[in-house]
Amino acid sequence: MLEVKGLTVAYGLVEAVRDLNFSVARGTVVSLVGPNGAGKTTTLNALSGVVPVAAGGIALEGRDITRVSSHRRVAKGLVQVPEGRLVLAGMSVRENLELGAYRRPSQEVAGDIARMEELFPILADKRETPAGSLSGGEQQMLAMARGLMARPKLLLLDEPSLGLAPLVVKMIFEIVKELKSQGQTILLVEQNVYQSLAVSDYAYVVENGSIVLEGAADKLSADPAVARAYLGQTV
Amino acid sequence: MNVLGQQLVNGLFIGGMYSLFAVGYTLVFGVLDILNLAHAAVFTMGGLAALWLVQSAGLSIWAAFPLATLLAGVLGLLVNQVAFVPLRRRPDTYFSGLISSIAMAIIFEALAMQIFGAHNVRFPAGTVPVVIWRLGGITITLLQVEILATVVLLMVTLTQLLKRARIGKAIRAVAENQRAARLLGINVDGVIAFTFFLSSALGGAAGILFGLYFDSLSPDMGRPIELKGLAVIVLGGMGSVPGAILGGLAFGLSEVLTVAISGTSNLRDAVAFTMLFAIMLLRPSGILGKGRTREA
Repeated sequence: MLEVKGLTVAYGLVEAVRDLNFSVARGTVVSLVGPNGAGKTTTLNALSGVVPVAAGGIALEGRDITRVSSHRRVAKGLVQVPEGRLVLAGMSVRENLELGAYRRPSQEVAGDIARMEELFPILADKRETPAGSLSGGEQQMLAMARGLMARPKLLLLDEPSLGLAPLVVKMIFEIVKELKSQGQTILLVEQNVYQSLAVSDYAYVVENGSIVLEGAADKLSADPAVARAYLGQTV
Repeated sequence: MNVLGQQLVNGLFIGGMYSLFAVGYTLVFGVLDILNLAHAAVFTMGGLAALWLVQSAGLSIWAAFPLATLLAGVLGLLVNQVAFVPLRRRPDTYFSGLISSIAMAIIFEALAMQIFGAHNVRFPAGTVPVVIWRLGGITITLLQVEILATVVLLMVTLTQLLKRARIGKAIRAVAENQRAARLLGINVDGVIAFTFFLSSALGGAAGILFGLYFDSLSPDMGRPIELKGLAVIVLGGMGSVPGAILGGLAFGLSEVLTVAISGTSNLRDAVAFTMLFAIMLLRPSGILGKGRTREA
């Protein structure tokens, strides 16, 4: 589904990520994990085309999209649910969902909204509420539903659990599992390493802009080095 | 009483044109947080283009109005492309855009002067048939009714477009958060260009109506309304379309009422701008303005 080769992103003279190589297979959930500031969000933003790529290439379904503009990437099925959710606070829940389907034929929108309200029942209750007055967890669900409205081939989730209460975090990961069981391909960026490995098939550990470790998610969570560095366990 | 009634009616028409003009400022400001100071020059160009179409091309005002409005919209695209797009990535884009839009205004004004001469011109007699009604001592002309109908029609269309149409929702999304809009698949640069088109078309339409109402056009006719338009959007709340409409009406009414009460037009602008200070003291964000929260 996604092939990334030698991806380098620089802010001025500082390289935020350097020579990243990774891939996401169709129907799998892949995690990029690592500490704050490792370059995970930068990587997703490069995939979405909102930060320029200094070197390397990005291919979606075998086609190079490195120079494709950000809105065309969404049309091609590469959709990001950003960190901090970025819901449109002044617009209603329904309008946010409609804008998620901006690149889709309008006759499919009503049906897709109904599907989203089934997956996230809270959104049905708050249809006409301004998105800005939702709680953090509700905003995260709205952001995910809005991303799904684009019918992504590849869904990029950036820190979906950030700043949420433990119970809500659990719900968010349940939804990721549910999406996975429906066959949705997902690239997940998380600081919550333990939970994200639990829902992933494969994972890459990013540190200081480079991949330092990769492997099947269950192998990584059993790896004593990973456990020590990221899972807060002393082995 | 009739004098007062007459002035209220006049204030409504003038205020309606102020609203139409100011909505153009507020649209661009709402989306980009930037003032397009070429707006008044586009207002002038709209009026003069309609005059040319009527006088030299022999079109009726009904054909000239939409054509000149479209032309003003195209000038808006040009202003965006020349004065704003090249500066968008600069850290001082707000200030440099302000200056480069003034430069565009000066260029437009000079071109207008070259083409139409530096004197006042007017639509040929009979462009709009002169029909006058007297209702209880208040005089209303067909032209006034047509102007008000046009203003209302354009405002309702704009409001519905922003509320319901796909492009209207995209404009609101870009206004709220450009990054979020980009990630939703919205062509942000295209939406910004369209906003300039819309804003300038409305400004051009206001210029045509203004030229018809005051029966006078000139290359510098945009100057007095430029500051009034800015005052109107501050009055109504920066970036708020209904605020600009209300602000325009309030401004127009305050002008004519001052004339009616004081008996002279000397204090007209002084009172209108004093009202601006009063509103800013009482409601710093304007009549309908909200405290805008910007992302860091």
